[in-house]
Amino acid sequence: MADYKLLGKNYQTPDLYAKVTGRSKYAEDHRAEGMVFAKLLVSPMPHARVRSIDTSAAEALPGVVGILTADELPDEIEAPNEAALTNEPKYEGEPILAVAAVDEQTASDAIELINIDLEPLPFVLDPLDSLKPGSPNARLDSNTFIGRELGEVKWSEDDLAGLADGEIPMEAEAAAEWSYGDLEAGFAEADVIVEEHSYNQSTSHQPLESRTTLAYWEGGKLYVYPSVQSTARAVGPMARWGGVEPSDVVLINEFTGGGFGGKISGYVHAQIPILLSKKIGKPVMMRISRREENAIGRARPGVQARIRLGMRSDGRITALDIHGIGDQGPYGRSGDAMNVAGIGSLCYQPLACRMRGTSVYTNTPPRGPQRAPGGVQSMTMLEPIIQKAAKQLGLDQVEVHKINAPEGQARFGAPGRDGTQGNVSSAFAREAIDKGAELFDWTNRKERSGQRNGSKVTGVGMCLSAYSAGASGVDGLFVIKPDGRMYIQSGVGNLGTGSTFDTMRTAAEGMDMPWEKCEVAWGDSSQHLPWSCSQGGSSTTHAHTRANWAAVEDATRKMKEIAARDLGGSPDDYEIGGERVYRSNNRAMGLSFRLVAQRAIDLGGEYDGHELPEDINGMTTASATALAGQGLMGVAKDNYQEGGRRMSFVAGYAEVQVDVETGDIKLVDYAAGTDAGTIIHPKTYEGQVFGGAIQGFSVALASKWVYDKKWGLLVAKRFYSNRPPGILDIPHEQAMKWGNADLPDPFNPLGAKGIGEAAQGAGSGAVANAIADALESLGEGSGDFHRTPVTRDMILTKLEQAPTGHNRLTAHV
Amino acid sequence: MAVIRDVIPQLELFQPSSTDDALALLAEHGSDAWVYAGGLDTLDWFKDRVKRPRVVVDLGSIESLREIRSTADGIEIGAMARLIDVVNHSEIQAQFPALAFSAKSAASPQIRNVGTIGGNISQDTRCWYYRDGWTCYRAGGNICYASPPTAMNREHCILGASRCVAVNPSDTAPVLVALGASMVVRRGRSERIVPAEEFFVGPEIDIERMTVLEPGDLLTSIRVPSTWAGARVYFEKVRDRDTWDFPLVNVATAIREDGDTIQDLRVVVNGVAPTPIRLTAVENAIRGQARNEETAARAGDIAIQGVSPLTHNGFKVNLMRNLVKRSVRDEPITA
Repeated sequence: MADYKLLGKNYQTPDLYAKVTGRSKYAEDHRAEGMVFAKLLVSPMPHARVRSIDTSAAEALPGVVGILTADELPDEIEAPNEAALTNEPKYEGEPILAVAAVDEQTASDAIELINIDLEPLPFVLDPLDSLKPGSPNARLDSNTFIGRELGEVKWSEDDLAGLADGEIPMEAEAAAEWSYGDLEAGFAEADVIVEEHSYNQSTSHQPLESRTTLAYWEGGKLYVYPSVQSTARAVGPMARWGGVEPSDVVLINEFTGGGFGGKISGYVHAQIPILLSKKIGKPVMMRISRREENAIGRARPGVQARIRLGMRSDGRITALDIHGIGDQGPYGRSGDAMNVAGIGSLCYQPLACRMRGTSVYTNTPPRGPQRAPGGVQSMTMLEPIIQKAAKQLGLDQVEVHKINAPEGQARFGAPGRDGTQGNVSSAFAREAIDKGAELFDWTNRKERSGQRNGSKVTGVGMCLSAYSAGASGVDGLFVIKPDGRMYIQSGVGNLGTGSTFDTMRTAAEGMDMPWEKCEVAWGDSSQHLPWSCSQGGSSTTHAHTRANWAAVEDATRKMKEIAARDLGGSPDDYEIGGERVYRSNNRAMGLSFRLVAQRAIDLGGEYDGHELPEDINGMTTASATALAGQGLMGVAKDNYQEGGRRMSFVAGYAEVQVDVETGDIKLVDYAAGTDAGTIIHPKTYEGQVFGGAIQGFSVALASKWVYDKKWGLLVAKRFYSNRPPGILDIPHEQAMKWGNADLPDPFNPLGAKGIGEAAQGAGSGAVANAIADALESLGEGSGDFHRTPVTRDMILTKLEQAPTGHNRLTAHV
Repeated sequence: MAVIRDVIPQLELFQPSSTDDALALLAEHGSDAWVYAGGLDTLDWFKDRVKRPRVVVDLGSIESLREIRSTADGIEIGAMARLIDVVNHSEIQAQFPALAFSAKSAASPQIRNVGTIGGNISQDTRCWYYRDGWTCYRAGGNICYASPPTAMNREHCILGASRCVAVNPSDTAPVLVALGASMVVRRGRSERIVPAEEFFVGPEIDIERMTVLEPGDLLTSIRVPSTWAGARVYFEKVRDRDTWDFPLVNVATAIREDGDTIQDLRVVVNGVAPTPIRLTAVENAIRGQARNEETAARAGDIAIQGVSPLTHNGFKVNLMRNLVKRSVRDEPITA
């Protein structure tokens, strides 16, 4: 790795002190003069139509200042997208109206005075139930989408003939399909074919901070304090919901308590305080409770699938055939189900692959992207099947992954219109696998597989995970002022990953500025922030190292031109370093950054931002214009070459101990080998590798929904009954380990890629494999779960061969 | 009328500084009053507006109720002693380590720092239908939503059900029953001593209560006799999450040995029935037997005689059998 002064080094991010001292202000910590509080009346039914609402008693309650109903929303939302409020709620907990009052207690008391008459409508909880002949649909207009159009997929009696409950007909109608290679030949070439049904449950995002929003209108501008992942990219949606131009929005959001894909560029429910505030002329704070967050706060689509995999005796995967059913909730269009083979085809490079799938609307909370959408499901569902095939062939899990691993600019996924598949910018998956194997001591550790200690049996598992790791084409912006300091503008949301600041270190590194002399502006759109990528898809590290490097090159060029103009010679005769621009062959001949900054102001034009590049985003132009004349400006759009889709890889390794008498699963150890190019900030990188893994453990071991089938209502509503993992649910007798392949991505000037998402599937896949490994030692088929989370009851039921109250694919039990 | 959750309605709060004052308030307000200890059970109810007492009597200012003291015959633990105080108390650790361990297992550090032992044993069931405000038997209605074949009842009863299938979720309760503890209950000027075994009531006695405590009653302390001090007391809890969770099943078994022989024992399980269940059939079957693998297995098999699982909780039968077996077979876990 290149020798950097700042990159690859740990440091204290500028927001840390406020966080650990409790001074950081999250959305609900803000106050505004005359502020009132909004509370929501939400649907008590899974699907209903509002017949009538009588709010007269509520309005008469002292302290109530206004009510907002669905009828007052300005725009018709185009199906299947959701509106902030609705008269046809499609899941329990969907907001119907909002009441504003002087305090939350009054607003809540007012809601209890509202007489609402709801007509119950048919509902669907389990996607498979809506595919059966004559079954109800969750939406009145459709049960799925086909391309961009709403549509209906129903299987016939013939399709289901001979299948047990919870089996998917491989060839029945699907809303989408893609394939490559010769599937038949692939299976013919296989020495082992494994066919299984598998279920990966829906999981709520559960960020610690719920999506609270404060909004008010002042001087013709909309001020909004939301809890979002992105900053620059959240301004547009807020403007749209407020019915104003983005330039009339001031968005303040310095700290966000996590999002995991559920708050990428805002959330439609922010429109409620925005419009209520406009209606009543007062600032409106709408705090969202945990229960409400569970309903409106997004979830990962569950996937039910039938999977057929062929493996050659050398371990090479010859064919992969999947029919996947996605649980879509009532709104939107998610690609998770189809992505099971998308990501699977990257990690395992099957010689032939077919993916058929349908995302089915259900009357359960809305789905959205959650950390590696489809990727986590892919790892969790495919890994135990690959392991099963490998075991039948007597092959080592790690060797099988290495034989199939992608390398270089590997191709994967659905072929495009021209029949060719897309490719990645770089893949050092084998190096990541080796790194993890070394940290975990796989060669020796795998000997523990099946070892018994009293009632406890040990299992080891590994998994190769991949996910998107970078965007491009955004802007970098900074100013070096005559005070000798560098002011870096960050439009990157501060969702807790550190990238808001970490990627800005690139600018300091490139200008050779001491970090102590750098100021980062962030979290407030009135602070002249540049256009950013969305803080989703693990895009930021790659995108903003590129963008800031482009700005560095711009500033460096400008400095050299100023030096040549003042000191003679050509710009190429100069270089920068030590806060100076100086002549390469005579270090004494040069200008300090202080002087260059002053000279930039004197010269004006492009040097101090009075003339700007034409290709930067309008938001960056507006911000740069506001900052013009203050010093030497580095401003540029990232136009660096793209080598393909940026994907990072994580090889996860887990050891578990399963108590066969209690079903208790103890996660003993975890290690991860990664390929995410150059590491910018090791500490936050580690946070992503381990944080992602823990979220993966949650998928494998704990997190789920439980629905009452008769009433269509969620019974596991509480944080604890949703069972996200806590610190005692992770290995704690020894530290988890990670190591990086440290091979730079060739299509980033610093070589960096994102890491957040690939990390999760590594955790879930490795643990699912480790559990299967432990139990398989008790007898053939004992490790066959193919259903997550694997809970205590499942293990005890499996070992005792006792009946369960559901079939293998039943959702939400 | 519409329903709203997550905002506590207006309540009249009293914070008496003595037990007598608290008892006077409870006498005055009767069934309108709610006794508030650590708040961990209470606040959910209040936030969800499912239980709406008019008056709340907060015991937090009554210092005497927090005391843990040695008596001539054991230890007396004030009802308001926090779980963390029980965990850390040196005499409890020395004489009744299983009790300390059960208090530690009950919750996360944050909750142990607030939650009380009195609250832990008096807490209401966690049946998710009942707690979410469904108007079931326990809530004064005439149906149980958790028992039909379509219902979600993984965490419910496998025995002792009577219309209601909710379970008692306490971790300290089975240990206190195993140790032969008794509860000191005051009402006005009178005081009664209730054996732990009789403290918990099932739906066949009163479907709307979990304990004998009635409006006006106040649990003031728990007396743990020295009968089982230093004996071999095994406690184990199986839960879904190690961080913090209620038990799927827990077990507390006190055994007094004479050489290899089980001289006397008390076996109690919780999380399987509306009350902690003392398994006297198991006790009678293995009393006087050698403590070994075979006896342990027998104990487990006898424990599950007569169980009647629901749609989703058949696993609890295996779990209960195995936990009872382990409690006889294995050395106590204390940390």
